[in-house]
Amino acid sequence: MSLDLMTVAAIVAMMVATVFTRLAGSLLVRRFDLGNKAQKALAVVPPAVLMAVVTPTALAAGWAETVACAVTAVAALRLPLLPAAAAGVLTVALLRWLGG
Amino acid sequence: MHEISFRREFLSGLRAIAPLLFAAVPIGFVFGTVAVGQGLSPLEVGLMSALVFAGGSQFVAMDLWTHPASWAALGFAALLVNLRHILMGASLERSLGRFHAWQKLPSLLVMADEIWAVAEARARTMVLTPAFYLGLALPFYCGWVVSSLAGALLGEVIGDTAVFGLDFAFPAVFIGLLMGFWKGRETGLVLIASAAASLTVYHLVPGAWYIAAGALAGLGAAFVPLADKEQTA
Repeated sequence: MSLDLMTVAAIVAMMVATVFTRLAGSLLVRRFDLGNKAQKALAVVPPAVLMAVVTPTALAAGWAETVACAVTAVAALRLPLLPAAAAGVLTVALLRWLGG
Repeated sequence: MHEISFRREFLSGLRAIAPLLFAAVPIGFVFGTVAVGQGLSPLEVGLMSALVFAGGSQFVAMDLWTHPASWAALGFAALLVNLRHILMGASLERSLGRFHAWQKLPSLLVMADEIWAVAEARARTMVLTPAFYLGLALPFYCGWVVSSLAGALLGEVIGDTAVFGLDFAFPAVFIGLLMGFWKGRETGLVLIASAAASLTVYHLVPGAWYIAAGALAGLGAAFVPLADKEQTA
């Protein structure tokens, strides 16, 4: 168990950067009164971020992932979140096993 | 009465985060083993997970790690990888109406992607309560710190998580949450813009820039139909 000074400095620098990004958005919204339009536009941030996160997996990771993403999306229309996600995980595991 | 509803909300949060926690624990374990391989001590691994608590930037840091560590390069990389938090925080702020100032600060400090996504999905249909958020954040935070510490201490990798498809649990849950945000054609435009920007940047720029690019493109697309409506009114 040891603590290296430069390592701790790097960890603190990462923490400062992360604290800044986590607080900045909330502070900006509170400081500047956003118009109605900007408020409404912010409502699309959750789907936009989620889509950006999953797109490389859905379209650039391989056919097993692409199929599993489609299965998950269709399952989520009918099933609660957990079984829908489980269907996706099972699909990808099965397809990788078949393809690997 | 108040006690009962606190407990009920806390347990709902716990149930909502459970699948993501289940998926995050092996990832935290892998992070711990990777970090020890880069020369960090288990104490330093635990410290990083506890203080930074951002899986994406922690893995990027392991890619960039040098000896001695360069705080400027690693801090700047963390800033870039986590730029998406600014938009996420601005969006989440709208749902924190029930939170006191002293509850908001820690809530935002532990705003990991998974916690944020579940909180936003909850706020879409119900009032987001501090108790629900605590039910999300507390187990997820503890799970991340403990699992990365365990990975650092136990060393050996549990095996490739890809074999079991466990690595797919994150995109799967995110897709499930995503489907709940559908509000018609306007959402379709946002999703297409986000996907196109994300895929383009993913192929052109190394690192996690694609997430910020997709978020900004989606945000930009949101102004298109709104502007049209105003002109016709």
